[in-house]
Amino acid sequence: MAESEYVIEMLNITKEFPGIRANDNITLQLKRGEIHALLGENGAGKSTLMSVLFGLYQPESGVIRKNGQVVRISDPNDANDLNIGMVHQHFKLVECFSVLDNIILGVEPNRAGFLQKKQAREKVVALSQRYGLRVDPDAKVEDISVGMQQRTEILKMLYRDNEILIFDEPTAVLTPQEIDELMQIMKNLAAEGKSILFISHKLAEIMAVADRCTVLRKGRCIGTVNTAETTMEELSSMMVGRQVNFKVDKKDAQPGEVVLDVQRLTVPSKLHKNNAVKNVSLQVRRGEIVCLAGIEGNGQTEFVYALTGLEKQSAGTIHLCGKDVSHAPIRQRSKDGMSHIPEDRHKHGLVLDFTLEQNMVLQRYWQPEFQKNGFINFPAVRQYSDRLIEQYDVRSGQGSATVVRSMSGGNQQKAIVAREIDKDPELLVAVQPTRGLDVGAIEYIHKQLVSERDAGKGVLLVSLELDEVMNVSDRILVMYEGEIVGEFDPKNVTVEELGLYMAGAKRM
Amino acid sequence: MFLMLKYALLSATVLMLVALGGCFSEHSGVINLALEGIMVIGGLVGTMALNLLPADMLPVWKVVISICLAAVSGIVYSSLLAFSAINLKADQTIGGTALNLLSTAIALVVVKRYNGTQSAKLSYDNTPFIFQAGPLTLNVFLIIGLVLLAVSIVLLYKTRFGLRLQACGEHPQAAGSVGINVYKMRWAGVLISGFLAGIGGFAYIVPAVQTWNFEVGVAGMGFLALAVMIFGQWKPGKIALAAIFFAIFKSLANIYDSIGWLSALHLTKELYNMMPFAASMIILAFTSKRSRAPKAEGIPYDKGQR
Repeated sequence: MAESEYVIEMLNITKEFPGIRANDNITLQLKRGEIHALLGENGAGKSTLMSVLFGLYQPESGVIRKNGQVVRISDPNDANDLNIGMVHQHFKLVECFSVLDNIILGVEPNRAGFLQKKQAREKVVALSQRYGLRVDPDAKVEDISVGMQQRTEILKMLYRDNEILIFDEPTAVLTPQEIDELMQIMKNLAAEGKSILFISHKLAEIMAVADRCTVLRKGRCIGTVNTAETTMEELSSMMVGRQVNFKVDKKDAQPGEVVLDVQRLTVPSKLHKNNAVKNVSLQVRRGEIVCLAGIEGNGQTEFVYALTGLEKQSAGTIHLCGKDVSHAPIRQRSKDGMSHIPEDRHKHGLVLDFTLEQNMVLQRYWQPEFQKNGFINFPAVRQYSDRLIEQYDVRSGQGSATVVRSMSGGNQQKAIVAREIDKDPELLVAVQPTRGLDVGAIEYIHKQLVSERDAGKGVLLVSLELDEVMNVSDRILVMYEGEIVGEFDPKNVTVEELGLYMAGAKRM
Repeated sequence: MFLMLKYALLSATVLMLVALGGCFSEHSGVINLALEGIMVIGGLVGTMALNLLPADMLPVWKVVISICLAAVSGIVYSSLLAFSAINLKADQTIGGTALNLLSTAIALVVVKRYNGTQSAKLSYDNTPFIFQAGPLTLNVFLIIGLVLLAVSIVLLYKTRFGLRLQACGEHPQAAGSVGINVYKMRWAGVLISGFLAGIGGFAYIVPAVQTWNFEVGVAGMGFLALAVMIFGQWKPGKIALAAIFFAIFKSLANIYDSIGWLSALHLTKELYNMMPFAASMIILAFTSKRSRAPKAEGIPYDKGQR
């Protein structure tokens, strides 16, 4: 019998959880040596399907076939034995171990229990050269870049001779340059006969690297298409079930008076002895969206920390609507009209184990409308929270009483956006507001930013996504190694040009 | 001077053994606050064995058997912690504290019952454990300690077991995802700590004196060993050095009156007794900031959590 064309087939998979059918009769067929994208919004059932393939869940019905043979996968070890490997979205690496130790963990070459690292090292070096995966086998994982950590994860799969490689949202944590490199690596792997499943909701990447794409929506399989014969517009409408606007609709900006005036701000770094932000001056006016662009780790985070009061600057001043807030505490800045959509919504945006309504009033529970003599007025809080949920379309299981941890990332972010915008700020600081969100939610948040601008507020957007930078902003400032190295009008600059400034190759 | 060295070596051996025990448990991801209690049980079972073994038995057999029993009792007692912390996913701090309370109570009941009186004092013969090396009086636990130190270093850093154990304490989900049974490794870590702390408890009680009052348990040595472990940065080699450092402080209390200039200060004995604990507090206050504890210690492992 001829070998089956498909290495892995998941046929008519149905998986139910109480109250929800996460996978409804989904069929996914992976050809040998292809890059197959799995596209879908958050909650469309991608993770569930992969968990079934990995043996973490048992499907109610449907079969999995490898090379045409029906197989049973009841735990991750079975998947391992079938040469299925996965790079998880959150890396499974032991930080204080070396790259080499992480790769061999679980399949250590040993003699009577004693490690034989020399031969392991040779194999890892050979693999890394063969596939162009630059790693330093002796470096500790905590000291290396995110990109190298990801290459370590890939080497982990290759070291185990895995044939089927699953990448779960691999580009979410990477810089544009690292993304390009990863795309090349994936192509190399496919050319060497590995079969790749690429889970993503970024259409451009799928179009660039995948041969075929299977689209899921609300637990159902919408279809499988050849990427060569489709367009981004078609894919996105398959994914969300309606037309999505990639171009943000907005009129020309009408900048007014200065809302934010930062002069010669310097912020020390926690990671090294140098300053993370060096002598940065910038202004944001009413009615404009100013975007601070740059590759991660070039001082944007520290700049925002100092701006919002999370950390102290070592020099420089900050004026908000003409008032000096350089040394004001966080609550004072908030009262003076600064809203902040933080970079890390779990760390700085929400108290995950509090309810939605508690999170909604985090910054205003002390106001007279919500408390009297130190006692919270719960009905008022509930009423306020219900209104925000309604107005900003925040979806959750039990409305105001939902524990925030149980909500999806997109809705958590919507809740923060609702809270921050409803404060009616003069200045909105949004740091990577669309990180990890699907197209529908991204579109929504971009609309909110633009409508704030049109309402005469100043918006400072910090973003790593070049598409977002180009589409949403009215003025772009590029930050490189703690300094502003360029200022552009998005209409008069190309993505390539911006990339050169972001990489430090050019400066004003 | 020899006297000081003798006392310092005594304490250093004990602190090192027990701290090594803590080190194995914590590297597997389980905080072992029950070290103190395990020591009490080890000491109790060892000394009881010395009393109950036939008097005409060869001394060397008495030594071997009583040490083995102390070790085994440590393993058994630590399995209570392992079961509650790993299988029942209970709070490890509370579990450990409960075991500490329980151990002294067990010791009192057993010893009082054995004595038939209200006294919790147990007498035994410690001469087989002690030997003379030139001008120095040493005991067998020093040799055992050195051997176990070497074994610990090899086990942690040179073997597959050590690599997997540490992975379980740092990132159990990562270990689980490559097919390592985290529950098993954590059990192993806790039981090894019981083995070492059991011997350590016996080593604390037996070589120094011929009578032990179990009312005092092991007088905080288990907690001091925890400090030694932290000061030693969870690394066996550094733990050995840290144990010597603490032991020198501890031995001062025993010998200060025989050192001229120290006794001339006319400080009370209590002050010297306090010193190792005060030193550990000060040292931990300054060093704990850069301490590198296993990341996942204290967090129960749940297979389903991704």
